[in-house]
Amino acid sequence: MSNGVAVSIQRTVKITVNGSEFTAPEGSTILQACRSEGLEIPTLCYLENLTPVNTCRLCMVEVQGSRTLVPSCSRKIEPGMVVNTESDRVQASRKMVLELLASSVDMSIVSDELSEWMERHQVDKERFGPQALPAQLGERETTHAGHHVRGDGTLAATVFEPVKIDNDQYVRDYSRCVLCYRCVEACGTDAQNTFAIALGGRGFEAHITTEYDVPLPESACVYCGNCVAVCPTNALMFKIEHDMRQAQTWDESRQTLTRTICPYCGVGCNLEIHAQDNKIVKVTSPLDHDVTSGMLCVKGRFGFEFINS
Amino acid sequence: MDLKTSGKPASVEEKEVLDAILSKIDQPDPDRNGKILTDGHGIPSFNSGGHRDLLLPALHALQERIGWISHGALDYLSIQLGVPPAETYGVASFYSMFSLEQAPETVIHVCDDIACRAALNADPAEAMGQRFGSDSRVSDNTMWVRSPCLGRCEEGSAALIQHSGSAHRRVLMAPFDVDDLANQMRKPVLEWTNTDSVRIPQRETAPDTLRLLRRVGVVDPSSVDSYKVHGGYEALRRALEIGPENVIREVKDSKLMGRGGAAFPTGVKWESVARNTVRPHYFVCNADESEPGTFKDRVIMEQDPFSIVEGLTIAGYATGCEKGYVYIRGEYPLAEERLENAITAARTRGLLGKNILGRDFSFDIELRRGAGAYIAGEETALFNSIEGKRAEPRNKPPFPAQAGLFQKPTGINNVETLINILEILSVGGIAYAKIGTPDSSGTRLFCLSGSVSKPGLYEAPFGVKLGDLLEMAGGVASGKTLKAILLGGAAGSFVGPDQLDIPLSFEGVRTAGVTLGSGVVMVFDQDADMNQAILRIAQFFREESCGQCVPCRVGTVRQEELLTRLATNNMIGSRSDELELFGSIASVMRESSICGLGQTAANAVESALKLGLFQG
Ligand SMILES: Cc1cc2nc3c(=O)[nH]c(=O)nc-3n(C[C@H](O)[C@H](O)[C@H](O)COP(=O)(O)O)c2cc1C
Ligand code: SF4
Ligand code: SF4
Ligand code: SF4
Ligand code: FES
Ligand code: FES
Repeated sequence: MSNGVAVSIQRTVKITVNGSEFTAPEGSTILQACRSEGLEIPTLCYLENLTPVNTCRLCMVEVQGSRTLVPSCSRKIEPGMVVNTESDRVQASRKMVLELLASSVDMSIVSDELSEWMERHQVDKERFGPQALPAQLGERETTHAGHHVRGDGTLAATVFEPVKIDNDQYVRDYSRCVLCYRCVEACGTDAQNTFAIALGGRGFEAHITTEYDVPLPESACVYCGNCVAVCPTNALMFKIEHDMRQAQTWDESRQTLTRTICPYCGVGCNLEIHAQDNKIVKVTSPLDHDVTSGMLCVKGRFGFEFINS
Repeated sequence: MDLKTSGKPASVEEKEVLDAILSKIDQPDPDRNGKILTDGHGIPSFNSGGHRDLLLPALHALQERIGWISHGALDYLSIQLGVPPAETYGVASFYSMFSLEQAPETVIHVCDDIACRAALNADPAEAMGQRFGSDSRVSDNTMWVRSPCLGRCEEGSAALIQHSGSAHRRVLMAPFDVDDLANQMRKPVLEWTNTDSVRIPQRETAPDTLRLLRRVGVVDPSSVDSYKVHGGYEALRRALEIGPENVIREVKDSKLMGRGGAAFPTGVKWESVARNTVRPHYFVCNADESEPGTFKDRVIMEQDPFSIVEGLTIAGYATGCEKGYVYIRGEYPLAEERLENAITAARTRGLLGKNILGRDFSFDIELRRGAGAYIAGEETALFNSIEGKRAEPRNKPPFPAQAGLFQKPTGINNVETLINILEILSVGGIAYAKIGTPDSSGTRLFCLSGSVSKPGLYEAPFGVKLGDLLEMAGGVASGKTLKAILLGGAAGSFVGPDQLDIPLSFEGVRTAGVTLGSGVVMVFDQDADMNQAILRIAQFFREESCGQCVPCRVGTVRQEELLTRLATNNMIGSRSDELELFGSIASVMRESSICGLGQTAANAVESALKLGLFQG
C-alpha cells in the first residue's frame, strides 16, 4: 500500500445478552462484548495479553442452541446470538467450578475480585470433605500417568505439596496452582520464548514443571519473572514477597506505587515500583502498556535488588 | 532460539536408537518448517524443524530398546527436533506406556477392567498378585501393573507384555492365565506369541447376515491377492470411475453416521473437507479404540486390514488428500503388524503411492502408534498426539474440517465407519440407506462381553432389539439371570433387565435416554459385584482425564471419592446429601467440560444409581 490512509471499517454484530440487545465489533469474544457493556463474568485462566486456553471453565455462559455451556473468553460472537450470563445453569456451574478449585487448591491469596466471586457463590472448600494433607516433595511429579491409589474417600484429594525454593528470585508454591497455563504461555511464544516450563503428568497429577522437575537454576529459565507476573493465585511469588509474608511483614496497605521507565536499555519498558518502608519489594509492568504488555526482562524485574542492597 | 539443556549426555546406544529415527528426516518439511505453531487451543509450540511429529515415534523407540527415557536421551532428542526439553518431558510424562525412570525389562499390563470382571465375577488381576506379589513391585527384571481394558474383552481376560531391549516385543495374550503367562515367559522372547483368535459366532449360525464382517476369518489377512479374491479393491475402482464428487454424493445418499461415538453424518464431514480451499488436506483413521468393552476395530485390523487401507484411500480420494494417517492404540501389537504389512503390500502393488491404479491420484498412508492414553482417541487430542504434543483436546470451533491435523483441513473417521464406505460403493448409497431404520442406516458392529454365553463380535442391522442381540449371543452365561447391561461402554449407561426391548438405533436409544457409543453390550449377571464395576468406571475416568479443565480434572476425582464413601458407608451427611452432591458434580462435568470425556464421565454412574445398582 502506498501513502494511502488506512481506513478500518469496523463491522458490528448484534447479539442479545440477558434479554437486552446490543452491538459489538465483529470478531469480539462473548466476554469482550459483555465487558464492553459493563456486564460481569468471572474469569481465571483468561488474560488479555495471552492466547485464551479456556481451561478453567469459570467464564461459562449459556448460548441458545448449544447443548453445553460455552467458554465466553474464547467463543466469538455471531449475529443473532442469544446469551445468558446469569441463568441458573450458569450460576450452578460457576459455583461448582469454584468449589472444585477451592477444595483442591490453596486459594487463600487470590485477587479481590475472585475472592468476591467466591463469597458471592458461598464457596465451601470442605464441601467434599476435609482436605487431604500435602504430598511429599516430588510425589505428585513422579506419579505414573494412568495410575493412582484409591483412598477411602473421606479426605478430599488436593494438589498440596511443599513450596519449591531453589533460587533467589522467585518461589513456586504449586499448592496454589490452578493450572491456568498462563505461566507456560508467558514463558513461551506469548512473551518470553524461553520455554523453561511446561505441563507434565496427566489428569489430577498434571502439573507445571521443568524437564524431570529439575530445579530452576538447572533449567532454561532466565528469571524474567513474566510467569510470576501473570500467575493469578500467587503460586509463583517473588522471593522477597514470599519471605516477607513468612515473616508476616508483608503489608500492601503500607506500600507505594511509582511509575517509571526502565533505565537498563533503550526499549522503554514501563515499570511500576512497589515499595514498602522505603524498600523496593516488587517490580511489575502495566498490562495495557504497548511496549511490554506486562512483560519485562530480568534486569527490569530484578535489577532493583542492586539498589536495595 | 537456543535450547538450553541440562548437559546430561545420552549413551551411545540411546543416540543410535534416536539417530535411526531422526535419519528419516531427509529435508525440513516446507509446509511446517521453522515456524512457531500455535495449536487450536492456543498452546504455543516451538517447532524449528517441522518434524516435531517424530517425537512420539522417537520416544517409542527409546522405550522399546532402552526400557525407559533417560534425561540424557530426552535432551538429545529435544535438541535434534528443536523442541524445548520441558515440553518433551511434558509429552513423555503424559502417556502411560512411557517410563521416565529406569524400569524392569518386562512389564506386564493386566486388564482389571469391567468386561473381564463381569466375565469372571472376580478381579482378573488377583491371580497375578498371588503369583507375582503386589503390583508395581519389581522382581527378576519383571513387574506387573493393572491396566484399563485391553480390547480383548471377548476372551474374558487379557494381558499385554511389554518387553524392552534388543529383542523388544509387545505381546497381547487373551485369555490370560497366570501359568500360561509364566510358561510363555520362560521361552525365548522371539517365540512369545500374540493371541490370534476370532470370535464371530454368526459365522457358524448365519454367515449370510455378515456384511462388514464378510471377510473376517475367511480372508488371509496378509495377502492382497486373497483380499482381491474376496472382493477387495472393487470399491476403490468404482470410486475412481465415478470421481470424488459422486463418491461424496453416494456417501451422503447412504446417510452413513460415524461409528466412533459421536454419530456425525459422514458425507457432510467429507464434503466440508473437500470444499475447503486451504491445502494440503489430511485424512485420519481413528484406530485408538480404548473405550472399555470395545474390540471391534481390533478384529477388523487383525483379520481384514486391507479393507481399512482401501476405505481410507477412498476417503482421501474423495476429500482431496495426498496423505492419510492411521492412529492405532499402543496396546494392539498384532493389529499394528497386520496393518503395517497391508500398507506396505498395497504400496508395492501400486495401490498406494503415485498414480494409484494408473490414475492421476496419489495417496499414501502412515501408521502412528499411541502410547497409552484413552483421551488420545478424541479427535483433536489425536491430532495433537500425532503432532508430538500432549494429547489434550482442543477447544472447538474450529472443527477438524477447518483446522485439524497440522492446522490443515482434516477428515477423521473411525475404523468401522471407513469399512462401511466399501459397502456403500458396492451396493450404492440409496440401497445402503434402506438397510437398518430410516434414521440409522446400515448395519452395526456390537461387542458382546461379560457374562454372556457366546461373547464376541456381532453384526446386525440398526434397529435390532437389545434382547434379540442377547439371544443371538446365547443369553446370560451358565443360564444365570441378568442383572444389568452396560450399553455404549464406560461413557454409556446401564440398562436393566426390563429394558431389553430397546431398539438399537440412534433414535431408539435416544428415546430411551441411553447411547450406542462404540457398540458395547456388556452383560452383568446376578452374581456381579456392581459396586466394584461402578468404582472401576469412576477410576477409569479419573485416571484417563487429560487434566486440562477443572470440571473433569477435579470432578472425576470427587466422583470416585464420593462413590468410595457410599460403598464403605463413610458418608458426609446422609445418603441423600451425597446423592445431591453427586448430582452437582455430574452436572458441572456434563455442562462445562471441554470434551466428551468429562461430559460423559458421570453417565454410567448416574444410570447405575438410578437403577439402584449401587449398594451403599
Ligand atoms: C474421550 C474420547 C475418546 C474417543 N475415542 C475414540 C476412539 O478410540 N476411536 C474413535 O473412532 N473415536 C473416538 N472418539 C470419537 C472421536 O472424537 C471422533 O468423533 C471420531 O473419531 C469421528 O469418527 P466417526 O465420525 O467415524 O465416528 C472419542 C471421543 C472422546 C471424547
Ligand atoms: S522467569 Fe521467565 S524464563 Fe523463567 S520460567 Fe518464568 S517466564 Fe520462563
Ligand atoms: S503456576 Fe500460576 S500461572 Fe502457572 S499454571 Fe499455576 S496458577 Fe497458572
Ligand atoms: S474434559 Fe477431561 S479429558 Fe476433556 S479436556 Fe477436559 S480434562 Fe481433558
Ligand atoms: S476464563 Fe474462560 S475458560 Fe478460563
Ligand atoms: S480386555 Fe478386559 S475389559 Fe476389555
